[in-house]
Formats: sequence, C-alpha cells, structure tokens
Amino acid sequence: MTDEYEFEIKRKDESGKVYYSTYKVPKDKISTVLEGLLYIKENIDQSLSFRYSCRMEICGSCGMEIDGKPRMACSTIVEDLKKDRIRIEPLKHYKVIRDLVVDIDPFFEKYREVKPYIIRDDDGKYDKELPQTPEQFHEYANFAMCIKCGLCMAACPIEGSDPQYLGPAPLAAAWRYIADNRDKGAKYRVEVVDGEEGTSRCHFAGECTEVCPKGVDPSFAIQKLRRTALKIELASIFGGR
Amino acid sequence: MERQKNIFVSGIILWCIYLEKIKEDVIILGGGMAGLRAAVAAAEYNKKISVGVVSKLYPLRSHSVSAEGGTSAVLNPKDSFDLHAYDTIKGSDYLADQDGVEEFVRLVPEQIYTTDHWGCPWSRNPDGTISQRDFGALSFPRATFAADKTGFHVMQTLFSRALKYDNIHFYNEYFATSMFLDGGRFNSLTTINLRTGDYTIFQGKSIVFAAGGAGRLYQFSTYAHSVSGDGDAIAYRAGIPLKDMEFIQFHPTGLVPSGILITEGARADGGYLLNGEKKRFMQAYAPNKLEKASRDVVSRAIMWEIEAGRGAKGEYGDMEYVYLDLRHMADILDERLPMITEIAKKFNGIDAHTELIPVHPATHYTMGGIDSNVKTTTDFSGIYAAGENACVSIHGANRLGSNSTNECLALGNVAGVSAAKYAMEHDIPDLVVENVNNEEKRIWDDLLKRDGGENVAKIREDLRNNMDKNVGIFRDADGLNRSLKNIKEYKERYQKISIQDKSSTFNMELEWALEVGFMLDLAEIITIGAIMRTESRGAHYRKDYPNRDDENFLKHTIATYTKDGPKITYKPVVITKWQPTVRTY
Repeated sequence: MTDEYEFEIKRKDESGKVYYSTYKVPKDKISTVLEGLLYIKENIDQSLSFRYSCRMEICGSCGMEIDGKPRMACSTIVEDLKKDRIRIEPLKHYKVIRDLVVDIDPFFEKYREVKPYIIRDDDGKYDKELPQTPEQFHEYANFAMCIKCGLCMAACPIEGSDPQYLGPAPLAAAWRYIADNRDKGAKYRVEVVDGEEGTSRCHFAGECTEVCPKGVDPSFAIQKLRRTALKIELASIFGGR
Repeated sequence: MERQKNIFVSGIILWCIYLEKIKEDVIILGGGMAGLRAAVAAAEYNKKISVGVVSKLYPLRSHSVSAEGGTSAVLNPKDSFDLHAYDTIKGSDYLADQDGVEEFVRLVPEQIYTTDHWGCPWSRNPDGTISQRDFGALSFPRATFAADKTGFHVMQTLFSRALKYDNIHFYNEYFATSMFLDGGRFNSLTTINLRTGDYTIFQGKSIVFAAGGAGRLYQFSTYAHSVSGDGDAIAYRAGIPLKDMEFIQFHPTGLVPSGILITEGARADGGYLLNGEKKRFMQAYAPNKLEKASRDVVSRAIMWEIEAGRGAKGEYGDMEYVYLDLRHMADILDERLPMITEIAKKFNGIDAHTELIPVHPATHYTMGGIDSNVKTTTDFSGIYAAGENACVSIHGANRLGSNSTNECLALGNVAGVSAAKYAMEHDIPDLVVENVNNEEKRIWDDLLKRDGGENVAKIREDLRNNMDKNVGIFRDADGLNRSLKNIKEYKERYQKISIQDKSSTFNMELEWALEVGFMLDLAEIITIGAIMRTESRGAHYRKDYPNRDDENFLKHTIATYTKDGPKITYKPVVITKWQPTVRTY
C-alpha cells in the first residue's frame, strides 16, 4: 500500500480525441471520488471536466463509471473500493460531451414522456390537501426517491442496444405516479409505457435496481406497470363492469 | 422564443464561438425552488407567454434539493398567522420588515395545498391529513415536511409540473455572466452556453432573479458547491442594490468534516447536543428552548463551548466539534429522519441509532440579497426577485429554520405572476449592443487572456478560509479589517489569473473564474457591512460590540455598486405591531 491513489480517467477533448490521464492523489487529502476529482482539478490539471454540485447524493449530478460500475462520485468512498488504482470513465449509453460530462438530455426527454406529474380532472382548486394515509404513501414512496442521476440507464443492457427504450428511471417514475392515490392519470401513462419501447423490452435482469444509489427498484416498478396495463386493457375489452 | 445565430470570432483563435440571441417573454434566472415556482406560475398565468428558465445547472441539480427539515405554514386552527409572523420577527432579531412578514405568512398555506395537489409527498397523519413537526424557535409545531427530504420532494414536484407546460423552455447549463439595464428597465442577460461555449444573449420583457444565495464564500458550509452568489453579484454589478449582506446564517449542525447538513428536525424531534465532555450544554445559553433555540443562538453556544475548551477533537484533524445525540430516539429515525441517518452512515460510517454524530456550525443561508419587497418588485422596471436571491426582508438578521422553502414557494409564485403580468403589457426592448460587446470583451479579450500565473481555485480557497476565520460566527474590528485587506489582495491576484483550460466545450475553469469574480465582490460587501454595523444582531455577532443597538442600527444596510467599491447607505425597518424587545429563548 502507498500513500497515494492513482486516478486513471478517460478523457475526451473538444476535437473528439479519446485518451486516458493518470493522476496521483494523496490519500490523506480526500475521502470521496468527487473530492479526488476536485483535488486534481484544483491542483494538477485545470482542464479536467466533470459535473458535481451538492456532494451529498441528492442532486444527481456526478454519476460516472467508477471501477467498472455506475456510481455517484460524491458518495463513493475511495477507500471502500479497496484498491489504489481507480479507473473512472463517463457513464455508458450516453453521448460524451467532454471528459466525464455526458449528454443527459435524452434521459430527461424520456422522463418527460411518461407524464411524471399528477393528472386530475379537478386540477386548479387548491384549498385543502388531497387525503393520503401513510400506508398509501408507502405504495409509491420507494419510487419517489429517484434523484434522476441516470445511473440505471447506464447499467441497463437494453439501453445499450436500443437507445429508444424508455428505460428504468422513466418507467419507475410512471409507476410512482400511477401508484399515488391522488393521481387519476394511469390510462394516459399506460399508453406510453405499454408501447414498443416500454415495459415489454425489459428482461428483468435487475442491473438498474442494483446500481441505484437511493434504493429505488425500477425492475419491480416495471412488473407492476405490466400488470396495470393488462388490467386496463381487460377493463376496456369487458368495459363497464 | 426566437433564436438568431451569428458567427463570432473571439480574439483567441481557439474560441471560435457563436453569438446567439434568444428571446423569451419572461426570463427566470435560476432553476431552483423559487425559479421553478415562478416559471410554473408565469406559464399558468397565460399559456401564450413564453418562459425561459436559465440556469448554470439542470434544475434538479440546484441546491434547493438539499433542504431537509420542513417548511412553516399555518394549517392548524390552533395556530395563527400572527404567531407565525411573531416567531419570524423575533427570530429576525427585529430586522424583518413586519408588513412583509404579515403578508408573506398568509400566502404560504395555499402553496402547501397546491404542491400537494401536484404530487408532493407531504408527511401525513394517520387520518390522511398533512402532518406538521416542531422546529427551532417556533411557538407552534408548524413545519410541514416530507420526511427529512422536504426540498428534494418539493423540487421533484415543481420540476415535473413544469414539464406539463410547452411554454416553459429550459436553458440548462447556461452560465449567466451579467445583466444589463436600460433606462431603469431590464434589457438583457448575457450567458455562456457551457456545452458549446457560445456567447448567448437572452432578451425578454421581464426577469425574475431566483439564483439562490452565496454561502460557498465560506469553506465549511452546508451549501452545494454551485452556490457562489451569481445572482446577487450580477444584480449588484448592474446597479441593483443589495440589502443586509453581512447577515450570514450558520446552521448549528454541519456534519464534520464534510459540512453536509444534519437537519434541525433532528433536534426538533428531541435530539441533544453534547460537548466534548459528553454533557448537554444548551441550558446555559437558552434555558427555555434549549436545543430548539434559534440557529444563531445555538451556533454561538457551540462556538462558546469550543472556545471554553469543551469541544471534542481528535478524529477529524484540527477541527473541534460537538456531538448530536439521537440514540434515545432510535425508533423514529428511519421514518422521520431517514436521510440524515443514511448520510451519517454513508459519509462517516456512523450508525445514528447507537453512535454520536460530530457536528460544527456551517454556513447555511444568506439573509441578504437583492433589495426587494413582498411583492417581489425592485426599484427597477421588469425586474423581480424571489427566494434566497431576494431580501424582502422577511428574515432580517436571522432566518428561522423552516422559513426558506415556504418563501421560495409563496414569493416564487408572486414573482412569476408579476413578471407574466408585466410581460403582457410590455414589448421586448431593443438590445443595447454596446453593453453586450463590452461584456464579450471582458470575458474573451480580458479574462481569458490574463496570464499572471495565478490559479483561480487557490484564490477561492484563500478567500473561503479568510471568510471562515475573519467574517464567521464571532467577528471583531481586527478580523474584519484583516478580511478587507485580504480581499483587496485577492482582487489583485485575480487580475493575474491564468485560465489553463482553453476549450470552449464545458470549460469549468472559466466558470470558476467568473464565479470567483462574483464572490470577491460579495465578500467585500459582506465585510464592509459587518465593519460598519457596530452592534450584534441575529447572525451578526461582534465580540467588540456584543449588544443590539436599536437606536443606531435598527435599519437595513444597502450596498450600491460604484467603481471604487460598494457605497453603503441605510434604510428604515418597517415595524407594524411588534416593538423590538429583549430576545431570549
């Protein structure tokens, strides 16, 4: 063991050239991967680019491939990786803009597609709360914890082969709203998620659930969505009962 | 929305960038809680109005997502608006404008119900109604909360709601560099599109400043890295005065050593503070409220304990700290305080159910900001301010815990509607091209060409350490004067920076350099305001003037830009029915 880590970082410059840079980071100066990146940027190489903000794993900025797995740089304690040489790369399945900065727009576009908001006919009158018991909250609570970091999209094997696939976080968001007793928009959302690029593409390999830093279980949400879609379909066939 | 793109070659060949012009009816600077609330309000006011949300981040990356404990609202018949107003005013150490506070508290409840209808998972009572918890210095438990992720859930709700509207356009990762007035009216906002490096000019009929506070002027901070006071500094440089900037809130419980926020809700729910001898100590400082006193009082108490040699130390370098003890309430942690329990585990390897959490006061809120009022207007036509970027002043010398997110919601809404109304009645003014050209020269022909070898990150680090040391919880003339001298030196060094990164794509170093420029201006204003305020009030504590001096300082500090530094004037505080009295907890 030495008193330095080696950060081996995949780079991409403005001209599109891809290469690796290796930096030595003193172990006693940093705890998290993000602190390591900031140390490099402040002290060694001012040209290194990455996203970060809250440093407490709630804003979702700093997702990257760390030691071969999608993780948040701010909450990954370097010591826990149990190695001195850490490879850091941009998230898979996204277009790289520069260095560790990827184009996250397609992810947010997919999120928007699932209509991730309460849909009600009586929207607009806000003089008291809509009743919701703690038990009703727990129906969707897990899925409301998503920080939109997009790690699950990088882990999902379907995303890799089919960029049109809606993907784990957007589908989990669809379920988060359907499972909320205040929402009445299930049928609109089912139209979106039951399509060719929706739930039917999922193989339930569970990689999404495994990498989620917030314990969201998109894989489970997708199963729930399939059942709900079936129910709505049956209801429309046998209607009115 | 209207775009126009012209090729524009800068003095430096490497920066072959475009000049782009974008027109929106209403421009919102900032995509945090106040900005998103304003955007939705403007978009709903009239669907024909185009709204551009301009932020250096993606909205959900804003610091608002880090708000934890709760948001005060009068929802219970046993509570009252007067009581909420009184708590706020007493908390402000009587520097709040009481007319503004009285109006503000009445606007909040509707916002709680509105966000509930939009999907915010406000924590509930067993009967399905919205639950409320106690918080620091409240005389009624009126903090409405979503576990200890209040800011996070409200932000998800607002962002998602905004996605419903086609007339809201997000300009993510556009870094604002300056704003220009023309004839006392909003003219344009200049930005750099971080992804392309393009110089992008936003023209609009009205603008809402909702770009947050300035807490990363300090090293030990609960703030996200991104909170560099851009909105305050941009307004100030354009000629809009800033108010009460010397009042910086220190939250009692920043996690050591990272500074990550441990919510006040932990103490409101029954948590204890223990000194290095593992003894509770708040009895000596706030005999009635104890750990639930206002933040300025609790933060000072912690620092007095440390100064008296009763701090804990050893595990985290030189930093001394105290402990937050939640062990006796282990059974409620997972339901009511899940985030801080997880944070203690993830970042410190501490199990809050059985172990003590090391904490130290950390910068948490900027009471000062753009001189505005409860209508969110300023003295400038078409310019509105909301949230932490604004100074109404509701919070005076010390903001109460649970009184920031409600302000973002209530006054974000007012600002959005007001900016939309203004936009309905006005046209987009002609661009003052000279301003835009001068700003382009400042960045590409000056800042990027400086070559004195100074590293902006080093200047930033020195500045933050200086602010921690000399403009912190305890202040005195010596330290403050030293700070002013240091800031002058940093400003000279800033003239000699060298930006090593020459890329136009996602140039973080250029962004840092522009931020540090803003921070230096704000540090100067804060320090000068603190030097001139020879009294102690709320979060501003002068060891050499330990008492409040209502005769001379029951007034707001106003800082106006001049080429030679801020010009300081004062403005009276509005008192309606609560005369200043001795403030104890």
